[in-house]
Amino acid sequence: MNLSQIIFLVVGAVTIISAVLVVTLRNLVHSALWLIVTLFSVAVLFVLLEAGFMAVVQVVLYIGAIAILIIFAMMLTRRAMSDEASQTNGQWPASLLIAAAAFVSLAGLLNANAWPALPAADLSGTVRQLGLALVNLNAFVLPFEVASVLLIVALVGAIYVAGEKR
Amino acid sequence: MPEFNPGNVLIYLYQLLGWWLGTLGIPAPIVVLIQLLVSIISVGAFALLLPIFTIWLERKVAGRFQDRLGPNRVGPYGLFQSFADVFKLLTKEDITPAGADKVVFNLAPMLTVLSVVTIWAVVPFASTMVGANINVGVLYIVAISGLGTISIMMGGWSSNNKFALLGAFRTAAQLVAYEVPMIIVLLVPVMLAGSMGVQDIVNAQGTAWFIVMAPVAGLIFFITSIAEIGRAPFDLLEAESEIVAGFHIEYTGMKFGMWMLGEFLHAFTICVLTAVLFLGGWQGPFAKEVPVLGIVYFLLKSFGMYFIVIWVRSTFPRIRIDHLHAFNWKVLVPVSLAAVVLTALVDKLVTTYLPGAGDVVRATALLAANVIGVLALLGIFRQGAHAERERLEGGRDASHGEAAHHDEPGEPGAAHASAH
Amino acid sequence: MVPLSWYLTLAAALFCIGIYGVLARRNAVAVLMGVELMMNAVIVNLVAFWRYVQPTAIGGQVFAVIVFAVAAAEASVGLALIISIYRRRNSVVADDMSLMKW
Repeated sequence: MNLSQIIFLVVGAVTIISAVLVVTLRNLVHSALWLIVTLFSVAVLFVLLEAGFMAVVQVVLYIGAIAILIIFAMMLTRRAMSDEASQTNGQWPASLLIAAAAFVSLAGLLNANAWPALPAADLSGTVRQLGLALVNLNAFVLPFEVASVLLIVALVGAIYVAGEKR
Repeated sequence: MPEFNPGNVLIYLYQLLGWWLGTLGIPAPIVVLIQLLVSIISVGAFALLLPIFTIWLERKVAGRFQDRLGPNRVGPYGLFQSFADVFKLLTKEDITPAGADKVVFNLAPMLTVLSVVTIWAVVPFASTMVGANINVGVLYIVAISGLGTISIMMGGWSSNNKFALLGAFRTAAQLVAYEVPMIIVLLVPVMLAGSMGVQDIVNAQGTAWFIVMAPVAGLIFFITSIAEIGRAPFDLLEAESEIVAGFHIEYTGMKFGMWMLGEFLHAFTICVLTAVLFLGGWQGPFAKEVPVLGIVYFLLKSFGMYFIVIWVRSTFPRIRIDHLHAFNWKVLVPVSLAAVVLTALVDKLVTTYLPGAGDVVRATALLAANVIGVLALLGIFRQGAHAERERLEGGRDASHGEAAHHDEPGEPGAAHASAH
Repeated sequence: MVPLSWYLTLAAALFCIGIYGVLARRNAVAVLMGVELMMNAVIVNLVAFWRYVQPTAIGGQVFAVIVFAVAAAEASVGLALIISIYRRRNSVVADDMSLMKW
């Protein structure tokens, strides 16, 4: 076992434990804060995968925007849910079963396969390459534009849905 | 033993430390680890000790703005006032309110200091002196400031106090909103330098600083940065006269001190970032040959910006929350988008049609484009102001016949018209 | 060196925890947090495959960027819907939102 494996195991353990706390804690603001820990450790995983840009985007987008939105929504709607009431519905045992079964089958499937080993590659130009690919007519310009249209539609839709009706 | 290099004293010290540890028989990876740790601790300590000076500076300058002397009792010119304040805060009782969420409450001030200090990891002090020259430096800065927002929300929520919660709400509304134009205008230096690395951005400002090439972007970045640190005129998150002290109302002792430390350090940090991204960072005469001079230029520019921040703080009144958001969404966001498009267009045109033109031509073209853009913007504002004035005053003046159909029920003008 | 299957197993675990959160939570915002966990698992998979299978081709990262955009859109619209429902019915419990159910 070498250094990178130890780092991976530590980060992975943090990810899994905090994710479990996200879905099980009774205090929802706490679980949102644990969600931030999960998201952050996923960003560390991206660093381990040498995708620095992905790691930073993960922090900007998930922690800087989505997690704050979630905490904000949690505070706005906090009167509706007291911390004492049960946070799980009646189908939690079945859900647990489904999740466990899904994990066991997925893990079995994943480990039955032979995966390629880590190839050595020069990744210094990845960010540049990514930026050029997103605006290159022969590469990914169409998905990129569709994603931006999706974002604008989501923006307008969110404002319309959540705004005060006059 | 490494060779002594007078221009690079810090690099020399770094190498000397490595050589000395090597002679002690410590294996190479651990030597590198210790070297890195020492560097990290020295940058962090520098960042954490700075507020001791900047707080004194701020109180002194703000005092002059308000026609008084400022601190002048402890030490020469009151220089040791901050130490006295720290000792006072340390001896105060450290209270955690009964209804508070203890862990989150105590974690929040630490997180706020941490989020500011980690920005210093990518700040280039000189041509040879930068903590981590990562290739996504600008995005990293934006990412870290998101952590600061979360720490304020944690502090406000966990205090179990309605004013603190109000402060947290305002934080979420203000900081997230002002991050939008900030990220957009950060594209301008990134575009001009052709890189997201902070050191590359400073290197690209050899001929002309980006404040010359993109004054609009620089100004918007500075305004949004002041909003990000939550200072006057954008201090709605802690507005003393409205919600007492906002998110840190329940904090006492050194925990309160940590909020203050975070705020003052953040205020200086945005000056550093403005200096690095728009004022050329360590660039200056002979800075490349003698890196120590670069540190001097860097600090001079940063403290110059800090003076402007104090100036703004001492002279502007707090703006109302609807004005704050109207200003952001109706002015800053469109203008920053226009600035990005304009810069991209002009830069591309210059590099395509004048391939041999140097940086001077490029900077002149960009400056001209910015000036024209600002003039057009002022024209639009002028028209808007005229229309607004006509709408408001038209009903009052009966001789202005066409103003009559601007009057709708519920408008201030309508009441005047019926009174006539 | 970390084998690819470790990353995939971790992502699978994250995804299944997300499934549990979506199925078992009563609060709609908490359900949304489960969805975010599942999205993150997908992004980890995409980036891991990019690094291990084709690090020179950028397609994997582009895919991940698109998923980021989708996640942002999903979170904003989802939270807007939850706020809107909270305004009208004063509840954020997913089981209460059964008006359209047969």
